[in-house]
Amino acid sequence: MLYLDYAATTPPYPEVVEAVREVMVRFYGNPSSIHRIGMEAERLVIQSRETIAGILRVKPAELIFTSCGTESNNLAVKGAALAARNRGNHMITTPIEHASVSESVRQLESLGFRITVVPVDESGAVRLDKLEEALDAETVLVSVMHVNNEMGRIQPIADVARLLKAYPAALLHVDGVQSVGKLPFSPAELGIDLLSASAHKFRGPKGAGFLYCREGVRLEPLLAGGGQEGGSRSGTENVPLIVGMAKALRMATDRLDDAIERKRLFRAVLAEGIASIPELRLTGPTDGEGMAPHIVHLTFPGMKSEVVVHALERHGYFISTKSACSSGEEKPSGTLLAMGFDKPRAVSGLRISYPEDYTEDDARRFVTALRDVVAELRPMIRKSKQAGGSPR
Amino acid sequence: MDAIYLDNAATTPMHPEVLEAMLPYFREHYGNPSSIHSFGRDARTALNRARDGMAAILGCKPGELIYTSGGTESNNTAIFGAVSAAQAKRPGVRPHIVTTAVEHHAVLHPCERLEQLGCDVTYVAADSSGLVNASDVEAALRPETALISVMYVNNEVGTVQPIEAIGTIARERGIPFHVDAVQALGKLPLKLDELPVDLMSLSAHKIYGPKGVGLLYMRSTLAFPPYLYGGNQERKRRSGTENVAGIVGFAKAAQLFAQDVAANNAAIERLRDTLLQRLAAALGPDGFAVSGHPVHRVPHIINISFFGLDTETLLMNLDLEGVAASSGSACTAGSLETSHVLQAMNLPDEVTRTAIRFSLGLGNSIPQVEKVADIIATIRRRLTYR
Repeated sequence: MLYLDYAATTPPYPEVVEAVREVMVRFYGNPSSIHRIGMEAERLVIQSRETIAGILRVKPAELIFTSCGTESNNLAVKGAALAARNRGNHMITTPIEHASVSESVRQLESLGFRITVVPVDESGAVRLDKLEEALDAETVLVSVMHVNNEMGRIQPIADVARLLKAYPAALLHVDGVQSVGKLPFSPAELGIDLLSASAHKFRGPKGAGFLYCREGVRLEPLLAGGGQEGGSRSGTENVPLIVGMAKALRMATDRLDDAIERKRLFRAVLAEGIASIPELRLTGPTDGEGMAPHIVHLTFPGMKSEVVVHALERHGYFISTKSACSSGEEKPSGTLLAMGFDKPRAVSGLRISYPEDYTEDDARRFVTALRDVVAELRPMIRKSKQAGGSPR
Repeated sequence: MDAIYLDNAATTPMHPEVLEAMLPYFREHYGNPSSIHSFGRDARTALNRARDGMAAILGCKPGELIYTSGGTESNNTAIFGAVSAAQAKRPGVRPHIVTTAVEHHAVLHPCERLEQLGCDVTYVAADSSGLVNASDVEAALRPETALISVMYVNNEVGTVQPIEAIGTIARERGIPFHVDAVQALGKLPLKLDELPVDLMSLSAHKIYGPKGVGLLYMRSTLAFPPYLYGGNQERKRRSGTENVAGIVGFAKAAQLFAQDVAANNAAIERLRDTLLQRLAAALGPDGFAVSGHPVHRVPHIINISFFGLDTETLLMNLDLEGVAASSGSACTAGSLETSHVLQAMNLPDEVTRTAIRFSLGLGNSIPQVEKVADIIATIRRRLTYR
């Protein structure tokens, strides 16, 4: 049995569960209460904020705790655009964003914002030349994800930030849900104004996220009430999960270089294995250049991805089709279409995502199962003139 | 020194059984409910079971429950959603909201925001017991009223509002009716199949459940735009990966504490009587006054003014003695401004400047509240001695 869907969600580290449990038992106060029990809870929130700020090399006051990555993205995109409305009404994004960004953008469009969706190239990277063309004096927000959640392409965030330098009114929001805890970076040093993160993607608990909001960037709050989180996000702080999130991020980043190296080795075995199965096509270069270390994506033209997922499940391997949030649907992947994939490839995407503690042997066993599954399914492959691959 | 926690309206300690129910969903059943494999299906099954359980307790359909990150999100979703829906239905008409002056900030601040955005809001007054008159709500209604929002139980003084009467008026007029029931859950029987309520906000951490989980009940006849957009969880009404463990914990807490409310209330009522009797014996019946309605009230919230002792001084001294109480709602406690609720009740300065909210819970005991009364008497002797 091997769970290979870490991009959908992860098992929290046992130490994280223990920390959450301990806070739930011992530190139940409301951080807004002024008595000792409340202040103990508040201290935990302050410490967690400092821990995360230290890891990201940002100021503690620049972090807003939220209930999840989706909330962080909604708050960043809508909060920043609405607060900047008097300075301009144009925003730029890409066709491969997570739905929590693209749907927020669509909502802004209905409120009168002008939206430019800048294309990506065949590798899935945003076209910097097109982005530069799209920028104008009216641009108040550019939202580009760091690591694509479906196929793992790392976006050239530093280059995007460099282009934005000539447009001081334009803020850069980066959906970092698949990069925080996975890649070594500091949003402040990369030139990011707003960065979204979600705890349960880096082995923290579900129900906690944060938004880095650079000092001086104004956000219109989406939740009004008790004025927690500096007024940017009201609601009693979820103390145990905030503590769990900070602990998970510390554990995920403690030996990050080592973790990345181990994931790269796992990736290399998978990539080589996939390349050796003619029916399958690896997305991105075999050496993983430009790709996130923890995600491998492939297509199986002529085969619906759900069928493969379920066949692998019978062998004890749990992978996914596209992002978990949209996996119920049977439409071709918008991300893969945007990269220029034809329909047979765009409906057959498969995502494998994994932690650092899986071994190369695990990877080899998975490749064997994948080979067996392809053999089982071979008679069912739908032949299509369009099909990108050339199944034997 | 063991602390005596009399701030259960701010938040409650989690019940061990709730924690036990949650832990498997942090450990082995960690799947994303949207995943199509068995890890996802396990998580989905847990979600469905929790939702069905909540729906059975509340007397509504499972599909009418939207899980949120807490009471604040539930309130914001209901209020902003009602206005957006009204604007879509009647473009160009300036929406109007009727609420009360004694609501929680998670209702008042969204309303104030909507005023800035071009809506009208009427804040119906309360009487000196904190009670809102249903006919005052009715008198405030206009043809363009898009929402009535009235809390069930006031979080500072415990007064119970005439929700059925207001809801009946709302029904007659066809106006959506939102009830912030965060302090009512576990204290009053919330039977949505009997109550004329369209939207109701609930929070888990007020009934020995986890922080970070809330519910918005939305009657199936309503369709509001969501607060969060994205992966279309919660039937497109609230996106975001579900907090599976928290949702399971909420269902467990509701199962334990929101069903047999009479038994819980009887225990709390005994604590309340003991506290007040002991205070009367120690301070004399004129040494303090209880705010809030004498009859239309819940047992767990007791707002007491100790004449001659200002709120901050008494709270600090209580804290030093290991007693946790509050000046009002926790969310504004940090600022220690005079409570907007007590101000709206038009109480004399002498009362508002000396008010302390004690909120009782099932973790409290008779000896604890007796001790608190004695401690207050000691503090008063110390502070008023010249």
